[in-house]
Formats: sequence, C-alpha cells, structure tokens
Amino acid sequence: MLMEADGEAKLLAGGQTLLPVMAFRLAAPAILIDLSGVQELKGISIDDTGVRIGAMTTWRDIEDDQRLRTAAPLVSAAIEHIAHYQIRNRGTIGGSLSHADPAAEMPGVVVACDACLEIVGSNGMRSVPANEFFLGPLTTCLSADEVLTAVRFPPWPATRLWAFEEFAQRRGDFAYAGIALFHETGATGLVENAHIGLIGATSVPRRLGVAEAALNGRRLDGETIAAAAQLASSEADAEDDIHASAAYRKALVGTLLERALKAAAERAEAL
Amino acid sequence: MKVTPAVNTFVGRPVERVEDLRYLRGKGQYLDDLQKEGQWCGAVLRSSVAHGRLVNIDTKAALDIPGVHAVITAADLPSVIPTIPFRRPNPTIAPYAQPVIAVDKVRYVGEPIAFVLADSAEIAEDALQFISVEIDTLDPIVDWRASENGATLLFDSTQTNIASVFEARSGDAAEAFRAAPYVRRERFSVQRHTAMPMETRGLLAEWDEATSHLTVWGAAKLPFFNRRAMAGMMGLQETAVDYLELDVGGGFGARGEFYPEDFLVAFSAKHFKRPVKWVEDRREHFLAIAHAREMEAELEIACDLDGSILGMRGTINVDIGAYVRPNGMTPVRNVTQFIAGPYRIANLAFDGRALVSNKTPAGTYRGPGRFEGCFFCERMIDLAAKDLNLDGVDMRRRNLLTQADMPYALATVSPNDGFAETACDSGDYRTTFDQCLNEFGWQEKSPLNGQCIDGLYHGIAIGNFIEGGAAGPRESAKIELERDGSVSVYVGSSGVGQGVETIMSQIAADALEISLDRIRLFHGSTSNLKEGFGSYGSRGTVMGGSAVLVAAKEFLAAFQDAAAERLRVPSDQVTVEGGVARTRDGRSVPLIEIAALELISREATYHGSKQTYTFGAAAVHVSVDPKTGRVNILDYVTVDDVGRVINPLTLHGQVVGAAVQGFGGVFSEHLQYDSSGQLLVGSLADYMIPISTDYPHIRAISLEQYPSPNNPLGAKGAGEGGIIPVGGVVVNAIASALRSFGVEPRSLPLTPPHIWQLIQETKS
Repeated sequence: MLMEADGEAKLLAGGQTLLPVMAFRLAAPAILIDLSGVQELKGISIDDTGVRIGAMTTWRDIEDDQRLRTAAPLVSAAIEHIAHYQIRNRGTIGGSLSHADPAAEMPGVVVACDACLEIVGSNGMRSVPANEFFLGPLTTCLSADEVLTAVRFPPWPATRLWAFEEFAQRRGDFAYAGIALFHETGATGLVENAHIGLIGATSVPRRLGVAEAALNGRRLDGETIAAAAQLASSEADAEDDIHASAAYRKALVGTLLERALKAAAERAEAL
Repeated sequence: MKVTPAVNTFVGRPVERVEDLRYLRGKGQYLDDLQKEGQWCGAVLRSSVAHGRLVNIDTKAALDIPGVHAVITAADLPSVIPTIPFRRPNPTIAPYAQPVIAVDKVRYVGEPIAFVLADSAEIAEDALQFISVEIDTLDPIVDWRASENGATLLFDSTQTNIASVFEARSGDAAEAFRAAPYVRRERFSVQRHTAMPMETRGLLAEWDEATSHLTVWGAAKLPFFNRRAMAGMMGLQETAVDYLELDVGGGFGARGEFYPEDFLVAFSAKHFKRPVKWVEDRREHFLAIAHAREMEAELEIACDLDGSILGMRGTINVDIGAYVRPNGMTPVRNVTQFIAGPYRIANLAFDGRALVSNKTPAGTYRGPGRFEGCFFCERMIDLAAKDLNLDGVDMRRRNLLTQADMPYALATVSPNDGFAETACDSGDYRTTFDQCLNEFGWQEKSPLNGQCIDGLYHGIAIGNFIEGGAAGPRESAKIELERDGSVSVYVGSSGVGQGVETIMSQIAADALEISLDRIRLFHGSTSNLKEGFGSYGSRGTVMGGSAVLVAAKEFLAAFQDAAAERLRVPSDQVTVEGGVARTRDGRSVPLIEIAALELISREATYHGSKQTYTFGAAAVHVSVDPKTGRVNILDYVTVDDVGRVINPLTLHGQVVGAAVQGFGGVFSEHLQYDSSGQLLVGSLADYMIPISTDYPHIRAISLEQYPSPNNPLGAKGAGEGGIIPVGGVVVNAIASALRSFGVEPRSLPLTPPHIWQLIQETKS
C-alpha cells in the first residue's frame, strides 16, 4: 500500500503525534494506513539474544511488562516519563521512534542502549543500528516504502549500572533535557563501557561521546563526575526556544548527568 | 433555655453539588452538544499578520468548495460596522473599540477577517485556506514602550496609543514621600497569560422569522448585558433577543464577554435565516480569548523606620492589546485602586495607563489587576522590611486594617467608571493573618528560611489580600410555585461551573423552609427574568443569593395571603413555617394544596451597590533546586474571612482551585509573542497550565467572623480571593529561600530556566 500511495500515505500507529499534527493542519496525508490491526507488529519477546519489542506495542504494555525491569531497565524507567496514562494507552514505541522527536524519551534510550531497528520495505528486511536510524529532528533513514517493525535491544548484564534522569516543567511533558545512562565497573573498580544517551537539548538523538570517554577507565569520584558533567554540558547542542535558553539546557545536561551517575552508583551499593 | 432550631439549615452545610450527578453521568449539556435542524457551521478566518492595511479579500475559491454556503466579510455587513460594546465606558476609549470584523486594518494576529458558513465545521475550516487576503504590513507594536513612543499609531483617528489613564489618589503622596525617612523604588512585571476554561467558547444562534426573534445559545457570565448589546447592534428590541445558558465548562472572567463572534454568528443566522453554530478550538482560543495580566509597575514605597508605611506611588503600564474590549479597562483601574491591598496606607498616588499594542485584546481574568497589584505590593513590603532590618511579619501586622478602620475608604479612582469610590466593609484583618501564621506553623518553620537541605533551599513567606466582590447595582430572582408543590427558582446569576445551582438552592430552601429536593434552580438565561446581571466580580452568590432572599420573602407573603383566603381568616392571623400556613386555632394548609389553586409567582430585585471585601492571608513553604530552578510547594495555607460561608465544599473548591490557577501564572503560563507580533503558543503543550497532580499541598481555611454589613446574607464574594495572593507570597518565599544567592525576583513567570538565570546573574 505504501508503494502504491507513492509518498502520499502516512502510517498511523497510536495516533498520539500524527493526529494532533493533522489537527493543526501541519500534515494532510491523502491516505492513512492504520497499523493497529497488524498483530505481528505487537508484543515483547525476551531471550538470550536480548529484548525484541514490536513496533505497535503500546507504552502501556511495555510499562506493565515486569520482565523488562531487569531485561531492559532503561526502557522501563523512561516510560514513567512519557506523557500521561491516557496517551500511554495508545501511543506506541514504533510510532515514537519513527517520528524521531529528539525531545522524546525513547529515541535517546534506544541510542544509549545500542538497540537495532528492524525495518521492512519493498526490498525486504534490514536492521539499522539506532545511531544510524536518526538523521535529524523528525527525520529518519526510513524511506517512503518502509515500515519500522521492531526494536531489538542487546542482552543486559545484571551487573550493569544505569540511571534515567530527566527534568520537565510538569511530569509527562517533553523534558528540558534528559539523560539515559549505563556503564559497567571492571574488576579494578574503573568505569567501563559508559553509554550516555541525550534527550532534548539536541537536534538529533545521540550519545555524548566526549563525556563517555571522560568516564571510561576512571574511578567514579567527585572529580570524574564533575569533569564528565562539564563535558556533557559543552557537548549538548541545545538551542534557545520559548521554554528555555540554550545555556540553561546545556547546564541542565551536566546537572542531570551528575545526578544520573550518582543514582547509578547508589544502585551499585544496593546490588 | 430551650433553643428552637431553624427549620432548615442548608446554608453553611457541606451540601454536595446538585449539578454533579448530571455532570458525572455525562448528562451535562454543553454548547457543542447542541445541534439544530438545518444548521450551518462557521469558521473564522483570522489575521495572520499583527498589523497591516487590508487591501483585498478574495473569497471566490472558498465559495466553490462543495458544502460552503457563504463567506461574510466587512463588505457584507451594514455600512457602519458595529463595534464591540464597552461594559464601563469612559471619556477616552471610544476610538479604541473593536469592529466586529476587520474593516481597513488588522491589528492583531487572530483578528476576524472573514466568517465562512458551511455544512460542517470541518468544511468551513477547510475553506479558510482558500480565501486569499492581501495585507500591506505595518510596523507591529509588541510592547508598551513602543506603544508609548507613539511613532506608530494603531488608530489613525487618535494622537496616542494610550487609550486611558486611571488615577488613584488618597492623601498627599508627594508630601509623604518628601518627609519620609525611608523610600525605595522598584520595577516589577507580570507576564501575559489568561483563562483556559476546559470548554472553549461556542455559540449557536437561530433567527425565527415568524416572530422576529433571535435566540443565542452559549451565554455565560453576563447574558443580559450581551442581549442588550446584541439587540442594539442588530437594530432589534431587547425582548426580541434571548441569550440562553447551557452548562458552561469554566469562565474565569474571560468567557462570556461580548466577542466579535457573538455578532458574526447571530448576524449570519438572521441574514441567512439558518441556525448557525461556531465552536472555538483550542488553538483559536489562544488567539481569540481575552488575554490578561501583562503589566509593568514602577513603584515607590515610603516608610517610617518602625515599618509604618507612609505612602506608595507609581505608574503601572498595562499592555491591553489591540483594542479596548468590553471590560478591558477593569484590570487597569483595579490595579491602581487595589495595589495597596489590605494595608492602611494614607497617601497613595498611582497612575494606571492602558496602552494598545498589536496583540490580542485584553480583558478580565480571575482577580484582574488584583493578582498583579498584590504581587507588586507584597514584594515591595518584603524588600523594604529587609532594608529596614525589620521582620516582615511585624511590618505587615503593623499596617493591616482593623475593625476600627471600618469602613475604610480605598483610593478614589478617576475617570469614574462606576466604582470610583469604594470602602472595605468589615473585619479585623489581623485575625486571618494571625490564624494563617498559626495554621502554617510559622514559628516552627522560620528556622528553615534560607537553609539548604539535601541541595534544596527552603524559604517561607506570608502575605495578605483583599478581594472586592458583590458588584452592583442589583440582581433579580423569581420564585414560582409548580402544580406538584415544588418550587422553581430563577436567578440572574450565571453558572460557569462554580455550583450556582447548589448555592442558590440552599439559600432558597432555607428562606422558604422547604426541603432541597423540592427546589429546581434556573439561572442565567434572559428568558427567565425581566432583568438580570450575572456572575462576575465575585458577585454571583452575594447578589443572586440576596435576590433569592428578597423574592422568597415576597413569595412567602403571597403564600400567607393565599392560605389566609383558603382558611377564611385575615392574613395577619396566619403564620407560615416549614412550607405550611397555620392559624392560631391549629388549622393549616400546606404549600402543595395552594399549588392546586394558584401558582404563586414573585419576581423581585435586590439592590446593592456597596462592595464586599473578603480578606485573608496566605503562607507558603517552598524549596528551590538551584541547579534546575525547580520550585516545590511544600505547604500552602490560606485563611480568609468570607463573611458567611454558604457551602464549605464549593467554597473550598473555589479557594484551592484559584490557588492552583495562581501557581500556573507564577510558574509557567505565558502567552509569548515574537517581535513581529506572532503568538508563539498554540497548544496546551506549550502553554503549561497546572495538572491535577502538580500541587498536592494546599490547605484552605475559611472563616465567617466578620459578616458583611452590606447585604442580608452577610456574605462576601469569594470566587477570586484564592488567586490574588499567590504571586506575592510565592515569589517572596523564593527570594527568602535564595537569600544566600541574593536573588530578588521582580518579574513573572518564574519558570525553572528563569530562576536558574537569576542565580547565574548573581554569580557573575
């Protein structure tokens, strides 16, 4: 159908973004293709290759799946911040990822987690790493005849330390900024494999590589945390908008990283 | 001694709202629920340009769309385009009135240019983009300084962009400032924001050719005034127009005023002899509803070294947007008269200037001019107390009005808009202040002031307010006996979701001494009464309730007469109690028996032009995260004295709801414009009103120690007081929390980024 429509169609997932956009007359697709009847796009499976979440799985179903709290804890933690329950009842993970709003939580989470996005199109199936999927604000590598079908997260080691921190004016709003963080601690007690996904305060969902580098191989003391926070602030590419200045968002990224690192460390003590 | 209880005591009891069952069962009837056979739906083409000359409007392409019936522009209206009427005329504002549709110029983004009529709202909206409008743009004015400058004039027939200046004077401010040992000058500002009722506006009009009668559904706030205005504009007798009230999902002062759409919808209905319906969507609401609150004050305070306030003076510049709307002057005159609030300040001199700009016209929003004035005044007092090394609590207490001051004349305002002179009516304002301190636990919380606990800075503050209510001059009510012995009560007060049916039923049940379930309450609509006023200026309960009392008295007298005739005794030999008339020898006749003979009906009017003044205090405990700028409200306590509590449940709802609405204005709600006059917010994702879980820690206590002497209920208006102190008290608490940084906020809103910015500025 997508091919037949020749670019005139839009895929309708949960409708929590597309329909408001249409109501504002910012989009007027000639054809809407409702995916809600496609059962194959729904559901969560977990095995030793990781977690696979179908694109049409609602936030609510992800939120309610207790297995994800250990199998993909950043996903579970992020969902508490996604809008309000009415929206979570309808909104889907695939819809959000395809919309590619850098202020939304899940794009930052999939990038932080090295997830892969499964895409089906007229040329068959392909799997794209999350950091290659997002090309810019509201822009992905999906071509007009392609559908995002699932997102696949690699296995999550039980000893991994993580934290999700965001700051929004009201709970459920788009955050001024957010951080999805995990790292591991090696035998020597040094940070390894730091992943920092940035939410908001960026034009494209991405990781903060400079701050990650400043953490890897270091002991997680006050000095390291402060240095990483400082670097994260500089690395964020926020812009002024009606809600906040770029300076505020950049400073906030540092604060949130600092808090995320501390929260992750507290999780370590609890292990 | 044996005390005989009154037969009924509904007044004062937490009677559950009688309208709620209807609402909760989905049986509320709002404007959009109403459909009329053969109706056309309207959509308004609004200017996308803030300021410009209209060169050409081409509607042909829109008319070609199937389902589109007509497009109305200024060219289709009578040669003299009517203007939106003023509620309170004054000598200078006439040239600034808004035409019901743009004629030669557009003056704000959102100004109606054309009105499309189609089979459905969707088709009408589709058609809007096919109307081509040519506009020669003019320089937009987007702030009051550019407006004052006058290089560009919004109205060619005028010499100035200052539509009016209100002067409030008391004593001799110049002399007080000359002699004062301490004087401080400050500048404060409040941002543009406004009411966001859950139900947006909407109207449905129908013209009955056979009887030459116009019916308009969707009335709110003041149907009778709007009927009069509409009749005048349409060249009809007042009685040829009815404004009917359905359920209304919130008003807050903004909804229900006469707007351009009132005329466009009604004119179209009459012109095309078709029912015409128009419902505003939320984006339209942002552009079209009266905006409010945008003002900047340059103020001075003069004090004695002991903290006695000797005088206050200053100028308040109010950006009123593109036109003077029906009550666009109310916030301007209010801020000049009420800025000194509940404090005894003998010498006052304020000028409130109304400046036009290329933004949506302004009007009233709950606590108009009072929220702003209280913020200015309370900030000023805290800053002065700090300078004078005085305790802010002591300083406030020293200056609060007491019963000995009553009645206390507030500063006189000119030009006289009907409320030039007014006086606080009753109360010792220290009672609510002291109780608020106690309930809040001021003593125990004081050591927290300025403390940093787990990275959060704590601060507390307390402030005082007065709320003017019971706007005159009168209100009407009618009581009718029905055949089944029940009673229909009609009142001029309008329902905007505040529980008018419950309140009035309680008052009527007590006055008539019958049970609540025998009363049916009708309100607002012009078809109910010969004359009515409505619900605004915290008047609904006091004025409407007093009218019900007056009507009940006449109704009972009529019942007594009718019963006496039935019992064949002179009327003065009959007593009426509990819905039963009795003779001295024990014979009786109940109201229901009279109903079989005579349907008694009595309409009466309560006259009263003296305002009531609810007074109160609010205290707040905040914590501030200096890294994010987040403010947490840990405790918020208000204590007010409303003279007499009719229903503690609905009153509590009013006070708590108003406080939350105030937090929205303090922390987030902002109608931002860019330099070209484009409104930058278009949805509730950008314009952040509080959500139900945001502010759980609010405690509200209402007293009735000082009944108003100005009405038979003893009640005072209480719908707005809750919002008035929020700005002043919250900002003072934030300043107190951040004292170690030296942060002194002077402008709202205090969004997290704004607070963070203030902290950064003190660092550099």
